[in-house]
Amino acid sequence: MYSEKKLEDVKAAFKDWDESVNKSLAKYPERKEKFSTGSDTLVDRLYTPIHVENLDYEKDLGYPGEYPFTRGVQPTMYRGRFWTMRQYAGFATAEESNNRYKYLLEQGQTGLSVAFDLPTQIGYDSDHALSEGEVGKVGVAIDSLKDMEILFDGIPLDKVSTSMTINAPASVLLAMYIAVAEKQGVSSEKLRGTIQNDILKEYIARGTYIFPPEQSMRLITNIFEYCSKEVPQWNTISISGYHIREAGSTAAQEVAFTIADGIAYVEAAIKTGLDVDDFAPRLSFFFNAHNDLLEEVAKYRAARRVWAKIMKERFKAKKDKSMQLKFHTQTAGSTLTAQQPDNNIIRVTIQTLAAVLGGTQSLHTNSRDEALALPTEDSVKIALRTQQVVAHESGVTETIDPLAGSYYIESLTNQIEEEALGYIERIDNLGGATKAIENGYIQKEIQNSAYKYQMSVESLDTIVVGVNKYKVEETGKRDLLRVDPHVEMLQRNKLDKLRSERDNSLVDKTLSVLKEKAETEENLMPYILDSVKAYATLGEICGVLREVFGEYEQTVIL
Amino acid sequence: MDRPIRVLVAKPGLDGHDRGAKVIARALRDAGMEVIYTGLRQTPEQIVAAAIQEDVDVVAMSLLSGAHNHLFPKVVNLLRGEGVDDVLVLGGGVIPEDDIPSLIESGVEAIFTPGTPTKDVINFINTNIKRK
Amino acid sequence: MNIEERLLKKDKRACARLISMLENNDEEAIKIIKNLYHKTGSAYVIGITGPPGSGKSTLTDRLTKELRKEGKTVGILAIDPTSPFTGGAILGDRIRMSDLALDKDVFIRSMGTRGFLGGVSKATWGAVKILDMYGCDYIFIETVGVGQSEIDIVKMADTVLMVLVPNMGDDIQAIKAGIMEIADVFTINKSDLDGADKTKMEIEMNLDLNEKKDYRPPVVKVSAQKNEDIDFLLSKLKDHESYIKNTGKIHEIRRRNLKTEILQLAEEEVLKIIMNKAYENDLIDALSTKVEKREEDPYTAKERIVALLND
Repeated sequence: MYSEKKLEDVKAAFKDWDESVNKSLAKYPERKEKFSTGSDTLVDRLYTPIHVENLDYEKDLGYPGEYPFTRGVQPTMYRGRFWTMRQYAGFATAEESNNRYKYLLEQGQTGLSVAFDLPTQIGYDSDHALSEGEVGKVGVAIDSLKDMEILFDGIPLDKVSTSMTINAPASVLLAMYIAVAEKQGVSSEKLRGTIQNDILKEYIARGTYIFPPEQSMRLITNIFEYCSKEVPQWNTISISGYHIREAGSTAAQEVAFTIADGIAYVEAAIKTGLDVDDFAPRLSFFFNAHNDLLEEVAKYRAARRVWAKIMKERFKAKKDKSMQLKFHTQTAGSTLTAQQPDNNIIRVTIQTLAAVLGGTQSLHTNSRDEALALPTEDSVKIALRTQQVVAHESGVTETIDPLAGSYYIESLTNQIEEEALGYIERIDNLGGATKAIENGYIQKEIQNSAYKYQMSVESLDTIVVGVNKYKVEETGKRDLLRVDPHVEMLQRNKLDKLRSERDNSLVDKTLSVLKEKAETEENLMPYILDSVKAYATLGEICGVLREVFGEYEQTVIL
Repeated sequence: MDRPIRVLVAKPGLDGHDRGAKVIARALRDAGMEVIYTGLRQTPEQIVAAAIQEDVDVVAMSLLSGAHNHLFPKVVNLLRGEGVDDVLVLGGGVIPEDDIPSLIESGVEAIFTPGTPTKDVINFINTNIKRK
Repeated sequence: MNIEERLLKKDKRACARLISMLENNDEEAIKIIKNLYHKTGSAYVIGITGPPGSGKSTLTDRLTKELRKEGKTVGILAIDPTSPFTGGAILGDRIRMSDLALDKDVFIRSMGTRGFLGGVSKATWGAVKILDMYGCDYIFIETVGVGQSEIDIVKMADTVLMVLVPNMGDDIQAIKAGIMEIADVFTINKSDLDGADKTKMEIEMNLDLNEKKDYRPPVVKVSAQKNEDIDFLLSKLKDHESYIKNTGKIHEIRRRNLKTEILQLAEEEVLKIIMNKAYENDLIDALSTKVEKREEDPYTAKERIVALLND
């Protein structure tokens, strides 16, 4: 981008400047020995054209909405439409969650995001032995279609888009959503939304898996295929890096392991006979928005470029939409502190800026009480307002990809891309993401980064305000959300009632057909839909699949 | 003390977040302790059975799903029921301040919330271990 | 009831506590083992070794479940390396055996090597006896075998099972010399992967070259994770058990193992005495200073210490 001569001049001048600064360090020292990004990558004192001398604008950056999409996936980005403000919510019963959704929509949220409780995420009914103490705690308890109907009561499914954070039993919850829409008179072609449906990251970092990898892949590709015909506007997977980062990875690892998972899904889908351009446009991603604003911006841009190149060169995609990395972002929960919780509002603001300057398509901002409990109505309102203030008052949405061209940002984007590609190659050599997870390679990398970080906080190399510096005597009294312990009992009663009121012979029939089909290669979605409509419970449906598929056993290497 | 302290690090219930448990396990190992890590999805019964067979000095449970008020006391009670009175029971994770007093009353010796340095946990164990 | 009585009544806490006491060199534990030693001998000990990642823990879990179908009581000693730097250890083998935690006829104990080389711990011998007294019909010792050095499992077990996985490539070359000698049964785990047959063939070929053994070790393909052919593997382990019992070889093997154990215990005792003598009044420091100054040589220094043994 720069002429030879001009670069030579800069190199010379920079050398002089750098040397003179170094000489003066004895008198005017820098704050610390080593300066690095949040991911512990070394950062130089100054970035100049020298750092990006080989940058080719057309090839490496290009234009928004055009390959390699470094500058954004849409031509007008936020000038056309702001990112979707989509707060993850759900707790206790379907009735209470329904109220929270209506509140958020009233407050200006533009899309729904459903949080399910752990028993639901792991395919257990609220009255299962392992559900004890867990019902309704981290999300809403959904035991059957009946609960789903209550969850979306009064919410027009043709008007809102809904993201559901559900993985192992995603097919069942999607079937329930489709069934609820049908009852509302909305055909599945009109439905817009996402299911997370990313089992690989469950094995890596999140832990809500049920079935072993091969069978899980089958369910995932069943969904790809089914939706490409019946629910064409639905994003069938949200390939996630958020949790990988939360588990302790670096920014480059977040990109690398997420994209490696993406590669595994694309390969699995192609293996079933699908054409890449048929399903790839509906793949979406989910990233973390961490503290180091500049590193995060570089990270998102690198991720877009890496994915675009892989889709084009490795998988020979033809459609632009197949090469575009669209993503949802959540601000980093693990950076929020239990100490002086109001400081978290400030952290979330910085993280929001990072995600927006990085070009996210939708965003969830965490609430200040994140390290203590699920958010109160007040806390979640502030989190939403954070997005609205950034959107309307900060000026960053007036133009597209405003940080492009910054020597630091472009250099860091290149660096993260290179590091990520290195990891992806290593994973390829191990036989792909599934194999790398099986032998614990990915988990070990993440654990090492997590431990390193913890030690650097304890040694005060990394400062966390309120935790290892600027501490106060915590007063402890806060207004926190509490999930009514009666939720479990309420759900149990609902289940008893459901089982006595439904047509149990129909339930048995649909479940036995499902079992039979699970042992074949057929697409299971239609049969899951039948069971769901007969009001078979989530636990009953997953129970049948557990019988046929078996359960996953975790690889742990410490 | 000339023998290594034995610690059971457990993940009770359905919570799948194990970053903290793994960091603690490693820190305790680096402090010279023998750490038995149970892995995910342990019932209180499984935790207690392991604690007994491994004859541990400490049971350290990590939980981020909000089910601590139910699961932590259950483990304490099961240990008591088996006649085990020389094990230090500790808890950590996402636990509101308000819940801590009743957990302590039920028999959990200490709760370590987010931001606690690992050395605090190590020191607590070294100081409060019941068998020398 | 005292701890001895409780142990014989299959009290898990007593068993666990006794193993701890033994690990910590508690005299009381040794007294109890002496008292009850005549009751031991009926437990059959199977050593399970193999490179890291070969799935030993999962396999131990599956084999135990098979034995449980026959109503057998099973003890498992899962051994992991102690860090030479910190003295600590992460013992993670239990993770694969979660189901068995609540089985009243299964006892699982994780042990760190605690500085003992050879893949097992010094207390493993004693722990085996305690589990024997507890009433185990079968005892699995599961450890990490990383090469020729990790052959101590042989000195403790009646039958040694070597667990390998397909496509070990260079790893097989490296450990070949050691493993061909020590294993009584070979298994290729994760045999759903490509290369399982090739690996089986390689082992068989090497066994062909190793003519001396009177018992040709079978090579069994399994998949522990999928629970495939575990019963077949168990039958092969039992074949070896029958063989050494019927031919009386078991006594030879156990005599050999016990010889090692007795010598090991004696060696340890003598070493303790020598160390005590050497450090008494900082003798060793004085000696090494002299030797460094060339006022004495190392051999003479040694003689000085050894001479003290006769006091």
